[in-house]
Order: sequence, then C-alpha cells, then structure tokens
Amino acid sequence: MALQDKDSILVKRFQERFAPSILETTVFRGEVTHLIKKESLLDICSFLRSEKDLKMDYLSDVMGVDYHPRAPRFEVLYQIYSTTNKLRLRLKIRLEDGETVPSVTGHWKSANFSEREVYDMFGIVFEGHPDLKRIYMPHDWEGFPLRKDYPLKGYKDRYNPYGEEKE
Amino acid sequence: MVAEKKTHEGVAQFTTLESIFEVMRDNPIMDLVRENPVTRHVVNWGRASSLWPMSFCLACCAIEMICAACSRYDLDRMGSIFRVSPRQADVMIVAGTMTKKIAPTVKILFDQMPEPRWVIAQGGCASAGGPYNTYAVVQGADLVVPVDVYVPGCPPRPEALLFGFLQLQEKIKREQPLLLKKRGLSE
Amino acid sequence: MSDKIEKKGREEIISTRGITLNMGPQHPSCHGVLHLILDLQGERVMKVEPDIGYLHRGTEKIAENLFYPQFVPYTDRLDYLSGMSNNLAYVQAVEKLLAIEIPERAKYIRVIAAELSRLSGHLLGVGAWSADVGAMTVLLYAFREREMILDLFEMLCGARMTYSYLRVGGVRYDATEEFKERCREFCRVFPGRVDEYERLLTGNRIWLKRNRGIGIISADDAINLGLGGPNLRGSGVRYDIRKDEPYLVYDRLDFEVPLGTVGDCFDRYVVRLGEMRQSVRIIEQCLRDMPEGPFVVDMPEIVPPPKQTIYNNMEALIHHFKYVSDSFKVPEGEVYSAIESPKGELGVYIVSDGTEKPYRLKIRVPTFMNLQSIDHMSRGGYFADVVAVVSSLDPVMGECDK
Ligand code: SF4
Repeated sequence: MALQDKDSILVKRFQERFAPSILETTVFRGEVTHLIKKESLLDICSFLRSEKDLKMDYLSDVMGVDYHPRAPRFEVLYQIYSTTNKLRLRLKIRLEDGETVPSVTGHWKSANFSEREVYDMFGIVFEGHPDLKRIYMPHDWEGFPLRKDYPLKGYKDRYNPYGEEKE
Repeated sequence: MVAEKKTHEGVAQFTTLESIFEVMRDNPIMDLVRENPVTRHVVNWGRASSLWPMSFCLACCAIEMICAACSRYDLDRMGSIFRVSPRQADVMIVAGTMTKKIAPTVKILFDQMPEPRWVIAQGGCASAGGPYNTYAVVQGADLVVPVDVYVPGCPPRPEALLFGFLQLQEKIKREQPLLLKKRGLSE
Repeated sequence: MSDKIEKKGREEIISTRGITLNMGPQHPSCHGVLHLILDLQGERVMKVEPDIGYLHRGTEKIAENLFYPQFVPYTDRLDYLSGMSNNLAYVQAVEKLLAIEIPERAKYIRVIAAELSRLSGHLLGVGAWSADVGAMTVLLYAFREREMILDLFEMLCGARMTYSYLRVGGVRYDATEEFKERCREFCRVFPGRVDEYERLLTGNRIWLKRNRGIGIISADDAINLGLGGPNLRGSGVRYDIRKDEPYLVYDRLDFEVPLGTVGDCFDRYVVRLGEMRQSVRIIEQCLRDMPEGPFVVDMPEIVPPPKQTIYNNMEALIHHFKYVSDSFKVPEGEVYSAIESPKGELGVYIVSDGTEKPYRLKIRVPTFMNLQSIDHMSRGGYFADVVAVVSSLDPVMGECDK
C-alpha cells in the first residue's frame, strides 16, 4: 500500500473520527503512533476491528514502558496489525501508578497472555481480564521486575548471593 | 544415627537404606571386600561404563546435549543412554539456565534419583550464572545440587560434553564405592 | 479413575471423575520447561493451562543496562534453535532507529544466514515432533542435516549455536568463496533429504493417525489468538512478513508461501516441510545474485575497524577502544520492527532516549503467543493428542520466557 493511502487511513481518518480523544499523533520512521485517552480505548478498538478499510484483526503485542520519575508514570502500547490490509498501527495510553486499564481481551483473545505479562512486569492492572495473575515470575514473587526502581540483579537470597540488600 | 549394636537376621530389616548401611558396616566380610582392590575396580568399572543420564532440558545448552546424543556425536557408544525418568538415571546433566522458578523442581528431580548419582553442570549458566546475572536466575547449579563436573562454554560443544563425561568416569574410577559414604547435600 | 460401573441394559456406563494433571516442567515431550496443567475427564481434555516462565531470565531488563551492540549476544539465546533470525530482528530494529542502509552484499549474506537458521529450526522442530509421537528415526536423520547446517555456520562465524554474527551495520565477517561452495553443495543435497523425511512420515499410518484431524484451528480463531508463522499459515492465512512487508532483499527473490487448508497438526507439518524447500530456493538465489563489495557500512562510529588492523595500527586500536567503552548514540524515538522468524512474527520494540543504551526494549516473541492456542486446539480431544499439538506448535521456551 502506498504511503499516502496509509497516511490518509491511519492518520487523517482516524483523527477525524476520534478528534477529541487523540492527544497526539506521531509518525516516526513510517510508523504511526496515536496517544489516546484511556476512556476511549475500547471504542477505538471496536472501530479498528470493524472498519472495512482497516480490519485490524491481529494484535501483535501489548507492551508496557515505565518512565519512572516522569509524571504519568506508565505507558501501555498496543501494536496492532491487519492481515488483510497489511497495516500497522500503535496505540498508546498513559497512566499513573495504581490506575487500571480496560482489558482488550474482548476484542482480541491474544491480549490474554500479553496483558498478564504487562501485569507481571509492571503491576498494571487490566480491568475485565479473565484471569489476571503472574505469568513469568512465581506466584509468590514480590515486586515488579521491569519497573525502573527494581534492581537488575534483584534482591539477595539463597539462590543469588550477588543481589542487592533489601532495605 | 549411631544405633546400638543389634544382630540383624532375616530380610525384613532391609527396609531402609539406613539399615542396609548398618548391616554392611557391621559385617566383617565387608571389610575384606572393601579393602580388596579387585572388587573396587570391578564395581567402579561397571559404574563408570554405563552412566545413564537423565534427559532434562533447561535451555540452550540442552540443544547441544541433544546434538551430543544424536547422529554425529552419538553419546550412546560410551554407554550413556538417555533416560526420561529420574528413577532410572545415574547422572543429571544440568543443561542450561536454572531460574529461581525451576530450582525447586531440579532439587526434587535430584532427590528422586537413586544413589549413586552424579551431576554435570553444562555451560556457563549452570556453572556460575553465565551471562545472566539477573533477578530471576540462580547463580550456579551448585547452589541447588552438588555438582561433580563443570563443563564451561556457552554453549559447550558436544565434544566438550563428551570430555565432561570422560572426566566423570575418571572421577568415578577413583571413588571408594563400598565405603558407603552417603553422598548428597550436607544439610 | 473409574468410580463405578453401572449396568444398564446391555451397555456399560463408566462414570469418571475429573482429575487435574500436571505435565512438565520436566517432561520429555514438553520441549524444555513447559508446564501444562490439564483438566481431564477420563481421557478427554477439558482444559489446558500453560504455565510458563520457568526460563524467564530477564533479557529485557538486561537490555536496558547494556550498550546497543552489547545486546546482540543475548538475542542468540532467545530462540536458540535459530539464533541468526533473532540477531536479525534486533539489529534491524536498531538500524531502523539509526536510519542506515546496509550494503547489498550484507543483505544477501543476512538472508542466507536467516534462511539457514530457519532450516535448522524447522529440522529440530520436525525431528523432535516425530520423536514425541514415536518416530525416533526422523530425529536422527534431521540431526544429520542439522549438523551440516551448523558446519556451515561454523565456517561463517566460528560458532555452532550462539552466533552473534550480525552486527549493527552489516555482518561480522565476509562470506568466503569456500563457504559459498559448501552452501551450494548443501542446497544440492538437501531437497533429497526432505524427500526422505516425507517418505518416512507423510504416508506413515501412525503419523497420519496421530496428526491428521488433531488440534484443528480455524483461520479466524488463529488470527484472533495471535498465532504466527507456520502455525498460522497451516490454517490457510496468508501472512508472511517476508512477503507483506519485505525487508532485506526478499522482494527480489522468487519464493512461495506454503499454505495449509484445515489447520490441523498435519497441515502445520506440511507447511514446515514446504518452507524448508522454499528456504533452499531462497538460498540458491542469494548465492547466485550476491554482489561483491563491502559487508559493513562505512560509518566508523557504528562499526569498529577490522581485527587485523587493531593489532597492527595504533589509531585503529584507539578507535576500537572508544567503540567498546563508549559505543554510539542512537537518535531519540521509538520503533517496532518485525521479521518472519521460523516461529512467527518476531518483533523488537525499542524506546530510545538518545543515549547509548535502550531505554526500554520489548521483544515480541512468537512462541509466547502461539502457546495461547494450546487450550483451543486440544480441548475436547484425547490426552495423548496434547503431545502432538504441543509439538506441532514447535515451542522454544527460551524465546517464550525471554
Ligand atoms: S551457558 Fe549459554 S548456551 Fe548454555 S544455557 Fe546458558 S546462555 Fe544458554
């Protein structure tokens, strides 16, 4: 698909339709990212799935980023793809520590594991997730490893004598 | 437990490993057998030439372990046949990164193996944590199970694993098999 | 399991009680450390819950603490059956961030490396799968060919499994004439070997019984569940990043994307074998078309000088020292770059804050997504079929758990 088409569908159409809920749109190295409001996430996802020119039916991944000292601490990103129209789009929402996000498992079943991973690594709670629990770490693990204030080497225990001392 | 001297008769008392040790320790014939270099040699030879490893794959190194067992390197020719059950195995190859989540399982598997048993730590991860000095990784398999032979590399080539087996055989040949010293963790 | 047997007329009704069975993490057909929690009603599987994370090593956290070029070796250890593909996904993402174009020759070498590693991944996948369902011979045959590929890799970069061969800006060493010759020879013999597997498996009644009609997943479900790679194409979905968003030189190469029809285990097997044949075609074309020229970009800040000059030249030594200790800065921004790895879409998402280290690096791993559909595929089937389903997904736990 030509770049103009992509631009018109992914950027312009999108902005027309959801003008009030899009906070920022960036195009970097040919990738479109929309920073959207948390409240309109589910609406936008329904739109992405159903609209004929988009048909974004493949959720590649849900990702989390921790910008520790910054004010809205976390970002959750949705990397979405369309297997019919070959389009890629990234949605981004920002949230504070302790805020919850609506789960998109109703739209894409593949969000199940990815959201559990984000919960496991960052402690972001997804509302409406069918089975939100730790996925990588043991169930009794303390802390969320990918947060910026978690040490790389972890805390000292019988399996890791090089870890940091816990205060 | 230092038991008071009992006379052992019949078979019924051979219920625990402990009682077998007890009987053999007391028996004067055992002293003769123990001291005899020929028996020692024969037993060690038997043990060293049929080391049955447990096929227990943890991470990348396991692929090289499978390579060692497959067509080209063919570990079988040295009497090492992979068994899937810990009950039938003599050697545990810790092949790969041991994480904190899997460590209790490894310990259970080691405990399920019958004596005599040996452990080979394959690769940097199993030897000392390797490239992963992180929150999730056990820094060396020796924190969990007693290791006999370390095979360095990331991953060690199959030849290196074969050499590890040869070293283990050397080690076994020098052991005192009938001393009935209990191996295992000292806890 | 049978609680009681009632006599009702002439037929016997055996009522059973449901049990929960733990399969793994140490199980010979669990491909490493996969742990499945199965709810069974007799022999029927009611629910499968994959429990993963037994090989979680914190790769993403490590990436945040290393320079960009230093992270390449860690990518080898993700999908350790096909390290080159992982290297490719990562260096391609960094190159996208840097906005550099690598030389033609490097592109061809990269394609050869990636396709060879696809072959080695599929060979072990099919071999282990057949060993799991009771055909040990194929595993031994597959390893014969896999050793040939590993020999080729050894000629290319000196390592058998963990290559770190691709570097930001090109490849580490040039592909020699000798390598090309051996590669050609391999391409000549390999299709015959694939025929051998086909003769051993495709018409084999046991193989058919164990795989045909087992673990069926429809195209819509497969997309919805995020299945990828040969597993998705086994359901008939034409999604191959090599064709859809061509990277490197894939748009210039002539190859087909094998598709399945029903989406059962057998289709996934057929797709894998088809892909092996196509990979050989790709490698042959690359060997034919590979141009002469440099194999790294001419950017001294990104690529250190060759080893020989470091030993003989003071400036080169200083340059190398600076490269190793300071690395290079990467522009601010965030990119997601995906490639078609042997298991599916392997994507790397990098957030850069303009320094030498990634601020956040997320790897989208195909196995992780593939495992979600085990439940869908094996629900209602027999317990023994779970083994075939797991093997047909070809999971690699190092990649799944990161
Ligand atoms: S030593 Fe290297 S190859 Fe072996 S498990 Fe560790 S990282 Fe993988």
